Amino acid sequence: MDKGKIHEVISESIIPARDKDKRPVLECSHLGITFGGLVAVDDFNLTVGPTEIAGLIGPNGAGKTTVFNLLTKVYQPTHGTIILDGQDTRGMNTMQVNKAGIARTFQNIRLFDKLTVEENVKIGLHNQIKCSTVSSILRLPSYWKTEKEAHEKALELLSIFDMQDMADYKAGSLPYGAQRRLEIVRALATNPKLLLLDEPAAGMNPSETAELMENIRKIRDTFQIAILLIEHDMNLVMGICEGIAVLNFGRIIAKGSPEEIQANPTVIEAYLGKKKED
Amino acid sequence: MKGRKTLNKTSKNNFITMGGLLLVYVIVLILKEGGITTNLINGQLVPICAYMLMAISLNLTVGILGELSLGHAGFMSVGAFGGVLIGTLMQEVSDSKTLCLLVAVIGGGLLAALAGFLIGIPVLRLRGDYLAIVTLAFGQIIKSIVNILYVGLDADGLHVGFIEKPEILEDGKMIINGAMGATGIRKISTFTFAFVVLMLCLIVIYNLIQSRTGRAIMALRDNRIAAESVGINVTKYKLLVFAISAAMAGMAGTVFAFNYSTVTPTKFDFNTSILILVFVVLGGLGSMRGSLIAAALLTLLPELLREFSDYRMLVYAVVLILVMLGTNNAKIRNLVAAFISDIKSMFGGKKTKKEEKTNG
Repeated sequence: MDKGKIHEVISESIIPARDKDKRPVLECSHLGITFGGLVAVDDFNLTVGPTEIAGLIGPNGAGKTTVFNLLTKVYQPTHGTIILDGQDTRGMNTMQVNKAGIARTFQNIRLFDKLTVEENVKIGLHNQIKCSTVSSILRLPSYWKTEKEAHEKALELLSIFDMQDMADYKAGSLPYGAQRRLEIVRALATNPKLLLLDEPAAGMNPSETAELMENIRKIRDTFQIAILLIEHDMNLVMGICEGIAVLNFGRIIAKGSPEEIQANPTVIEAYLGKKKED
Repeated sequence: MKGRKTLNKTSKNNFITMGGLLLVYVIVLILKEGGITTNLINGQLVPICAYMLMAISLNLTVGILGELSLGHAGFMSVGAFGGVLIGTLMQEVSDSKTLCLLVAVIGGGLLAALAGFLIGIPVLRLRGDYLAIVTLAFGQIIKSIVNILYVGLDADGLHVGFIEKPEILEDGKMIINGAMGATGIRKISTFTFAFVVLMLCLIVIYNLIQSRTGRAIMALRDNRIAAESVGINVTKYKLLVFAISAAMAGMAGTVFAFNYSTVTPTKFDFNTSILILVFVVLGGLGSMRGSLIAAALLTLLPELLREFSDYRMLVYAVVLILVMLGTNNAKIRNLVAAFISDIKSMFGGKKTKKEEKTNG
């Protein structure tokens, strides 16, 4: 591959016009991590606008989820910087990054299975609606007030996906699609500036996926937040993402609008392989 | 509206447990005052309350936080000897038994909480089996330290010695006497006092579980990575649970110790830790009601089996195995569940009839 050509592609900004003059919510520069001798992600540069829906795609094993794990500090990056809404996240842990404004869902669903749907969302509200342990044990007025507040807020958030009727079910007993949606609601409850969705449409049928697309747009419009998603369903990615970055072998091989990505020969090669004649 | 219902359902269950506990207390108290219970049973009342408290406090660590602890008796030991020391010193200044006991229980609880907090710090980096092994070692360390600890009291004040017994004046006495343990304790624990401590701790645990803090703790149990990703402070909540759980075990230890004239360090060894874990597992992880029932029954069982004399512990073990098999067998569980729902529907039927009457 010709390195100069790749860099030319990367320099193209993928931020939509309306976010151009605003401070980006996420700026990754030269981000990288190596596990022993294996370079999992290398020289990852990405800028996401404050109300942008961006996509991160690439073949299996390209390092997409690793990027999410770097952003949320599940792994500490070995190289590069992550600036979140102007704030350097160097030295932060997962909890601090969440407080700073990144919330995520997981590729392999991670709900609090033994707790109810409502409790799952209330846990998401942990840093939004606070009540001290002592007031909780003594059942002081502040306990009742915050519990009521959390209950109402949780139902309000669940209503985004019409899930308020499921509030009493155990999270582990929900159907697969509902579990994925609950993860999104829980992440939203933490009041993020940037929402990371790891394969939100995995396991969903086409009509569920179409509904999910509507909802992702709705979330962006209502909460005015940025969304970065990993997805293999190209209808979804091309349908809702304004900017797309393509990752292969831990490196970004292309960035651009859905149309540009679809026409990019490097991307086609990464997905389908080289033609024999070439 | 539905959310309210769940809250009420859980609260209702909790109230049933607390009400049941209160009812049992009143019945036992009446039987005891009426002279119906034997001395053997009367002597077991305070230890049963102490073991029940040990069981629910360990359940907080194992069932709610989801970390296995094999050294819970260590905290009981800290509470027992710390409490005896504080209680004995208090007796020098106050004649009120209840006040002495109260100060001793609070002091014993605080000392154990400190121990829980300290053991929590290194243990935070460990999970699962490794954590279990460290807590096991902690229990042994506490036992060994108390084994060589000498504390004496005379006109000059307190004398503390390790390994070697400190010299004390003739009118003084040893409060903690190395391997012989605490001797000459005034038996000031009462059934009512032990019950009140148990009840208060049960309320604290229930209130804790049904709160923001409790949800954070259970989130850590169900999925630590997800809990961190929604901004929950793992360190803070783990330490909190370790400290609260240890404080309650310490209180249980103090109440327990003041029921005997002599308490040896071997009373709180590895076997005791395992015994309490058995209460928790048998009663069901996370179920306070189960822990209470299991602790009461399994403490009473050896006493009730005295007629088997030499075969007592054998029968005890067989009963334990049968109960464990029974509670883990789907067929037997379904049978019990069907039986309970039958009873419930009987009551439910009566209720609707009553409602009809009032409506008519």
